[in-house]
Amino acid sequence: MKPEENLAHANLIVRYSANERTNHWITAITFVLLALSGLALFHPSMFWLTSIFGGGQWTRILHPFVGVVMFVSFLILVLRFWHHNVLDSSDMQWLKQIDDVLAKREDKLPEIGRYNAGQKLLLFVMVACMILLLLSGIVIWRRYFSFYFPITLIRLAAVIHAATAFVLIVGIIVHIYAALWVKGSVRAMTRGTVTLGWARKHHPRWFRESIK
Amino acid sequence: MPLQSLDIRRRSATTVQPPSVREPPVTEGVAKLIDVTKCIGCKACQTACMEWNDLRDEVGTNVGVYDNPRDLSEHSWTLMRFTEYENPDGNLEWLIRKDGCMHCNDPGCLKACPAPGAIVQYTNGIVDFHEENCIGCGYCVTGCPFNIPRISKRDHRAYKCTLCSDRVAVGQEPACVKTCPTGAIVFGTKEDMKQHAAERIEDLKERGFQNAGLYDPPGVGGTHVMYVLHHADKPSLYHGLPDDPHISPLVRLWKGVTKPLALGVMALAALSGFFHYTRVGPNEVSEEEERDAQDEARRAKERSDET
Repeated sequence: MKPEENLAHANLIVRYSANERTNHWITAITFVLLALSGLALFHPSMFWLTSIFGGGQWTRILHPFVGVVMFVSFLILVLRFWHHNVLDSSDMQWLKQIDDVLAKREDKLPEIGRYNAGQKLLLFVMVACMILLLLSGIVIWRRYFSFYFPITLIRLAAVIHAATAFVLIVGIIVHIYAALWVKGSVRAMTRGTVTLGWARKHHPRWFRESIK
Repeated sequence: MPLQSLDIRRRSATTVQPPSVREPPVTEGVAKLIDVTKCIGCKACQTACMEWNDLRDEVGTNVGVYDNPRDLSEHSWTLMRFTEYENPDGNLEWLIRKDGCMHCNDPGCLKACPAPGAIVQYTNGIVDFHEENCIGCGYCVTGCPFNIPRISKRDHRAYKCTLCSDRVAVGQEPACVKTCPTGAIVFGTKEDMKQHAAERIEDLKERGFQNAGLYDPPGVGGTHVMYVLHHADKPSLYHGLPDDPHISPLVRLWKGVTKPLALGVMALAALSGFFHYTRVGPNEVSEEEERDAQDEARRAKERSDET
C-alpha cells in the first residue's frame, strides 16, 4: 500500500511535511527564547528571566544571535508558504464576519481554502515585524554594529525594536490561542496530518482540492 | 547601610522606592564646578583621574590637536577638549573644556538601563555605575544626552566618571579637584558652588564677557557638574557642549509609560484567550462531521476512479 492510501485509510490528510514542521518549530523555539530574553530586558519586573539564560550578560550576548537564527528560519518558512497566503475578496468577507468566527458559526462564513484570512494576515504582519526587528536589532547590537550609526537612529531603532516585538508577541499569542482553540490543529504541526473532518469543517476549499 | 553618606535615591530598572527614611540633603547635594575661564589645559585633572582610579589608557598617536587621548574611553573618564574659536572681533579664543559625566539630576543613562542596580543615583546627586551589575547592552549610551558612557571591549561593561564617589563618601573632594593647579575646578555643596559661580560670573562680566554664565542645564533637571562659561549663550562653542540637553523624547517613549502599557496588553491578550475558551468552548469537529467528510472523500475517490 502506498503511504497516501495508508493515510486515506486512516481518514487523514497531509498538511505539513517533515521539513515544514522542523522549519516551523525552529522558528517557534527561537521565538520563545527571544521573547523571554527580550522581555527580561524590556521591563524590570521581567528581569529575573535573565536567569534562564545564565544571567544578564549572557542574555545580552545570546539574544541577537538567536534573533538571526529566527530571521533566517522564518525567511525560509515564508518562502515555503507565502503563495498560499495571498488575500482575496472572500478573505475580506471573512474578516467582516469575525464575530461569526469567534462564535463558531463557521457555516455562515465564505468557503476557506488552505488558510483563512486571519492566518494570512498574521503571516504578513509577522513578515513586517521580522524585517523591522532585524534592521532595528542590527542598529542596537552594541557589540558589533551600533558604533556605525548616529545616536538618533539608535534611539529610534530601540523604540522600533520594542514596539515591533510587542506586536509580534501579541500576534503569536493569537496564533497559539487559535491553534489550541480549534481542536485538531496542533497535530498538523506535530504529526503533519489532520483529519478529514477537520479539513472539511475549517478549510473546505482546501479539503475538496485535497481529496481529488 | 555601611556607607550612609551614599544613600541611594534612584536605582536603574527598579520599580519600587529604594530605602529612603533619611532626609535628603537640603543643599541640593554636591556639585563640581568647572570654571572654564580659569582652565589652562594642563591636563593635571586627567592624570589625577588616572592615578586615583588606577586607569591606564593606551598611548595613542598625535593627530595634530591637543586633545589626548582623542576621546573618552573606559580608561579615560575625563578629557580636556580644545576648541579654537574666532570671535566676532576677529580674535582667537582658545576654549578648553574638561569633558566627562555631568551627573544629571534626571539621568538619561539610568532611565534607559535595563539591569537592576547597574546605575544608581545617590542622595548627594552623584550618578554611579555599578559595573558588577552591568550587562553591557549599551542602553546607557543610547540614553545619555552628553555622549559619556563607554563600554569596555574587554569586560563589556560601561564606565564613566564616578565623581570620585568613594572619596566623596569619606569627606574628600574628587581627585581632579584636589589636583587642579589654578583652582578652576572646585567642589562643595551645589548651593555653595552656585554662589561661587555667581561671583565668578560677575567678575567675568566686569572684564567684558557680557554673556558669561553658569551651565546648569534645566532640561536634565540641572547637573552636579557645572561649568562657568564666558559664552554661556552659546555652550556649543565649547567642543559641542549641548545647548539644551534633555533626555530624548524617543528614549522617554521607549522607557516611559509604554512599557507597563505594552506588558498589560500582552497579559490582556492571553487572558482574553482564556476567557474566550471558557465562555465559547473549544472549536471541535463532531463525529457526525467527521463521518460526512469521510463520505464525501469516498465519493470523490469513486468519481475519480471512474474517469
